[in-house]
Amino acid sequence: METAPKPGRDVLPKKDKLQAKKKKPRRYWEEETISTATGASPGPPRKKRNRELRPQRPKNTHTLKKSRIAKKPQALKKSLEWRNPEPQQILSEAQDPFPGPAPVPVEVAQKFRRIDKSKKLPYSKPKTRSRLEVAEAQEEEISVKAARSELLLAEEPGFLEGEDGEDTAKICQADIVEAVDIASAAKHFDLNLRQFGPYRLNYSQTGRHLAFGGRRGHVSALDWVTKKLMCEINVMEAVRDIRFLHSEALLAVAQNRWLHIYDNQGIELHCLRRCDRVTRLEFLPFHFLLATASETGFLTYLDVSVGKIIAALNARAGRLDVMTQNAYNAVVHLGHSNGTVSLWSPAVKEPLAKILCHRGGVRAVAVDSTGTYMATSGLDHQLKIFDLRGTFQPLSARTLPQGAGHLAFSQRGLLAAGMGDVVNIWAGQGKASPPSLEQPYLTHRLSGHVHGLHFCPFEDVLGVGHSGGITSMLVPGAAEPNFDGLESNPYRSRKQRQEWEVKALLEKVPAELICLDPRALAEVDVISLEQEKKERIERLGYDPEAKAPFQPKPKQKGRSSTASLVKRKRKVMNEEHRDKVRQSLEQQPQKQEKAAKPQGARSSALDRFVH
Amino acid sequence: MIGGSRKCFAAARRLLPFGLPLLAHVKQAAEMSAILAAESLLALCEQEELEDFPKESPMSTSEDEGDSDGERKHQKLLEAISSLDGRNRRKLAERSEASLKVSEFTVSLEGSGERLFLSDLLEPVKTSSSLATVKKQLTRIKSKKTVELPLNKEEVERIHREVAFNKTSQALSKWDPIVLKNRQAEQLVFPLKKEQSAFAPIEHVVSGWKARTPLEQEIFNLLHKNKQPVTDPLLTPVEKASLKAMSLEEAKMRRAELQRARALQSYYEAKARREKKIKSKKYHKVLKKGKTKKTLKEFKTLQKVNPTAALEELEKLEKARMMERMSLKHQNSGKWAKSKAIMAKYDLEARQAMQEQLARNKELTQKLQVASRSEEEEGSIEEEGDLLVPDAVNEAQMTADGPNPWMVRNHSSDMKDAEIQKDTEQLPEPVASEDSESEGEQKTVAEEEILLKEFEERRLLREKSRLNQDTEPVGRQKTKDSSSQEVLSELRALSQKLNKENHQSRKQKVSSARTVLPIQREGPAGEEEPLLLQRPERAEILEELDELGEEGCFHNKELPRPALEGQKLEMNPDNQPGAPVEKNKEQMIDLQNILTTKSPSVKSLAVPTTVELEDEQERDQKQVIKEAFAGDDVIRDFLREKREAVEASKPKDMDLTLPGWGEWGGVGLKPSAKKRRRFLIKAPEGPPRKDKNLPNVIINEKRNIHAAAHQVRVLPYPFTHHQQFERTIQTPIGSTWNTQRAFQKLTTPKVVTKPGHIIKPIKAEDVGYRSSSRSDLSVIQRNPKQLSIRHKKHLKKISKD
Repeated sequence: METAPKPGRDVLPKKDKLQAKKKKPRRYWEEETISTATGASPGPPRKKRNRELRPQRPKNTHTLKKSRIAKKPQALKKSLEWRNPEPQQILSEAQDPFPGPAPVPVEVAQKFRRIDKSKKLPYSKPKTRSRLEVAEAQEEEISVKAARSELLLAEEPGFLEGEDGEDTAKICQADIVEAVDIASAAKHFDLNLRQFGPYRLNYSQTGRHLAFGGRRGHVSALDWVTKKLMCEINVMEAVRDIRFLHSEALLAVAQNRWLHIYDNQGIELHCLRRCDRVTRLEFLPFHFLLATASETGFLTYLDVSVGKIIAALNARAGRLDVMTQNAYNAVVHLGHSNGTVSLWSPAVKEPLAKILCHRGGVRAVAVDSTGTYMATSGLDHQLKIFDLRGTFQPLSARTLPQGAGHLAFSQRGLLAAGMGDVVNIWAGQGKASPPSLEQPYLTHRLSGHVHGLHFCPFEDVLGVGHSGGITSMLVPGAAEPNFDGLESNPYRSRKQRQEWEVKALLEKVPAELICLDPRALAEVDVISLEQEKKERIERLGYDPEAKAPFQPKPKQKGRSSTASLVKRKRKVMNEEHRDKVRQSLEQQPQKQEKAAKPQGARSSALDRFVH
Repeated sequence: MIGGSRKCFAAARRLLPFGLPLLAHVKQAAEMSAILAAESLLALCEQEELEDFPKESPMSTSEDEGDSDGERKHQKLLEAISSLDGRNRRKLAERSEASLKVSEFTVSLEGSGERLFLSDLLEPVKTSSSLATVKKQLTRIKSKKTVELPLNKEEVERIHREVAFNKTSQALSKWDPIVLKNRQAEQLVFPLKKEQSAFAPIEHVVSGWKARTPLEQEIFNLLHKNKQPVTDPLLTPVEKASLKAMSLEEAKMRRAELQRARALQSYYEAKARREKKIKSKKYHKVLKKGKTKKTLKEFKTLQKVNPTAALEELEKLEKARMMERMSLKHQNSGKWAKSKAIMAKYDLEARQAMQEQLARNKELTQKLQVASRSEEEEGSIEEEGDLLVPDAVNEAQMTADGPNPWMVRNHSSDMKDAEIQKDTEQLPEPVASEDSESEGEQKTVAEEEILLKEFEERRLLREKSRLNQDTEPVGRQKTKDSSSQEVLSELRALSQKLNKENHQSRKQKVSSARTVLPIQREGPAGEEEPLLLQRPERAEILEELDELGEEGCFHNKELPRPALEGQKLEMNPDNQPGAPVEKNKEQMIDLQNILTTKSPSVKSLAVPTTVELEDEQERDQKQVIKEAFAGDDVIRDFLREKREAVEASKPKDMDLTLPGWGEWGGVGLKPSAKKRRRFLIKAPEGPPRKDKNLPNVIINEKRNIHAAAHQVRVLPYPFTHHQQFERTIQTPIGSTWNTQRAFQKLTTPKVVTKPGHIIKPIKAEDVGYRSSSRSDLSVIQRNPKQLSIRHKKHLKKISKD
């Protein structure tokens, strides 16, 4: 195994950061003396420090003639200026120039809002209303807190920008490598492994480790940042897919007959004979489930925390060799030869949904990290992007000269497609927008046919497995710049990993909770509620919550005769009945209007005076 | 028999004063008769032993029980019984019936049971005490009604329970707010009573501590410079005072007082309302008269005591006069007066009533002269001793004379603020100058004229304002200006003239206002006249502006219309494309369209290198054809699959027809359509499928039972609809989704207890109740008259206002 460009010693960006932070904390009086001494605004040194803080992103240190890879520090700078008042000369007379809590931008807080206030609630009693108000106030407070903590996400994603109308797709990897700093340049490498045939590869959740398996039995795992090899074995069997389990210590390999699990030393831990002829593997990290799709047409869910097969679902669609997972709701997407993509949950025997995507068979499926978009490519040479939010309709489509055999979404929504020996990458406008298929963002030609694509989490790197080995290419702006240190920390130690493992196991989500809309779990089970209510009414013989029937009040002076009582009762009854009729009448014209409206041509501005 | 003896005895008594010497004889006779009687009784008894005795003896007893005491009777009975056996029958011999020779002297001793002594007979005639007591008892017994039956035990208990319940519930109800508060509290910390943080003397704190940072040093410098007590007295006097200012008790007392006052006020209000409702005319007449008398009295006293207040009173009278003049109240022009006028010819009373009205009118309007006369006198007095008039009077007038607040407000909306400020600044000046002028007795004629003009204007203004706003209380008076007497008389004379020339002057003023308007816009004129003219002008201008505004309004109304329409038109294009979009959505999306979207092929820079590059074109075509065929198949298959899924998910109808029931059955015979229709129970239509309008999608409608097991299926207490509850659980509380602070806040325990502390039950003092549980209001309600004098005064003041 050899690494193509300089494998040279890398300085961990973490260290940089630590160094930056290790500085002795300055006291305010010290700062005062300094500022009075230098008389300089606090702007420039800040900026410099920012640069220091983000060395691992590809950035424009040298002026590149052809292209520019840069960051946008404007917004950050602005906020910094806003936060940094001028140092006061006299301490005793100092006033807080920004009294009160820091203002929070509304749209940021809106992002964290969970309660949909547009939905109207039925009338609630004062007691209930007070509870609702408390809940709403809490939500608002929490969202504001969350928005405020956004400030801690200091890192910004990188990007690639062509010089005045220049196509970024023309920029090749060599240019990028030349432009970026040495630590980032070291992330681009090629592994020339022509001997053991096309490779499948997988990054661990933290993005620190890389595992790859060649079709001719070559299985290897390494810390790809330091290029430190963990294990390298040959399983002497065809390897169809390879995947890390919850941590980099466990490795699942789909071999020709059975599914095997190895540890990071290359020692075989398990051989799962119930999962045979597995073609694709997916690991659901929060549920600790390993989903396997087999040639026999079965989708099997294996709980790796207890080693039990939770569900084996027959897809009834022949051989399964296209599979991906939706990271948002842990639903597994399977592509079939009849052009459909089916969505599966271990709790339900049938597919949750079936989408007809292509005329020919589906060759590849990918779902973005927010669970909003699905990209499919079929035998009809089309690449389509579907909206997964309830409608499952195609948003955009594109015919490719030779159809994409492999697809992958990055954390920030970049779409990579492997077509033959070429990798194309499309980017969207922002994070939440689908990739626009008009112009590719990057292209790269490889030395062999693509066999596996995987974006590295938290690094602007795309790993491509092909017949000629492995290529790690730089894709600026692909990954999330800020990682959650408690969730998936690329720099974690062994001890930290062990602790995280325990916590993750404690927070394991039961497999039966997987469904299309995870927010539906926070709803009341209306059907059983109704059922229980009905049963209760049956048991009691009456409805305890029903409105009491009208009972006329007794009146004096002979007006409480039976006849008048009946009369009054009837009056009320009639009124209620009239209300009902009125309501139904009101609804009818609405329906009619709805039916009638589509036929009408452009409505005139004067129409409002007709009613 | 006893009765008889008693009678005799009574007769004897009566005779006593007359014949004492008879006594011995009487005694003998009595003895004789007794023996005889006993013997006869015995004989009788022996005769009809069994039959008669039981009859007789009760009879005898009942006969003469009348007024003899029971004891004696009882004894007698016993003796009678015991005498039945023959031993001591003699002893018990008794006369059973009155002897034939009963005289008023045959008195027996048997009756009284005590010996008769001479002394007794000698005593003066009076009712014996023993008899009196008996009588008393008798009357008592007679007067006493029959005692009522005591209540049922259950009922008594029930009443007791009710009373006890009411008491305890009342006593407990004071805890309600606290209980509610605690229930709604986000967090309760026990023990409730917090130990007060002890005041650590500053010197303790200071001793082990030195000012190190510059800020601290600076602060200490400042403290030392100001001689702030750093060490010795912990609190400065001011702080102490502020601490002492109002204790909790005091505050509570104050609150209670306020409550009391409020309650009282409401009672007074209620009373006033009640009195107002009384329809009796006489009552009101009396009331009015009383009031007038009272006011007169008060006024007189006021005049002596407080002349300024009296003046104010006079002003009020003046106001009444003005009101009278304003209204047609007593002019005999109303409905009632007209009807009376018809009757007046014949009806003396009606005539009188009308005259009364007129007299009243006259009286009210005449008041002016009286008042003015008095004023004049006062004015002269004032003139003589200017010092007598307190400044307050003038000031009050000034404020009264000042611009009508209503007008000012209106004005401010039109004019600029600066102008108003100028007005307010400048207005007082001329009045002051005017005063000085009035003081100075040598005035030029021109000045006088100017003054008169001013008054004229003011009067005009007032009248106009009166006309304009009837509701506006006409309290703005000026006749009582402390200016000179002459001016007043002049004014009076002028006012008549003015009334005539009212119209003309107004017109003139409109024109003048118009001329002045630009000047005003330019800036304040230094001269007096324009300044004084300003107010009326402004009113005019206001009117004009209103008119203008109205005109402008039309314009405005017209103006925004097109704009609005324009906006709407602008909106419409937005809407109209929007509508078709919806339309499209509602329409069935064509599957073919979805799958055969014309998509531009990529002209990629890097065309993938393939092994068979040369015959790519051919292969492409082949593939396209193949795929087209396959595609058709794919679509049809999918549609069929979808149809099947839809069918399977539909609720099934129930068919209850029995073939051959009620008609012929057999092979080849089917039950009639009518019958089938009759016995087919249609299943209720379920909700529309989610994929109804999505041709390329099959969404499974089956419920995920495993997930449902984790869902909430019971609505917790205060919620009545599941949507309400869902809203409260929509925010996740885990640390994965929240910041650390938020997470901690969301998961704070509802109850916090301090380890090692005893949680004592809640006490009234802890939550701010005094030990006396009764609230102040309840006391007031019971006896509203027990109030402090201060409150009463306060209330009176309020009611007067």
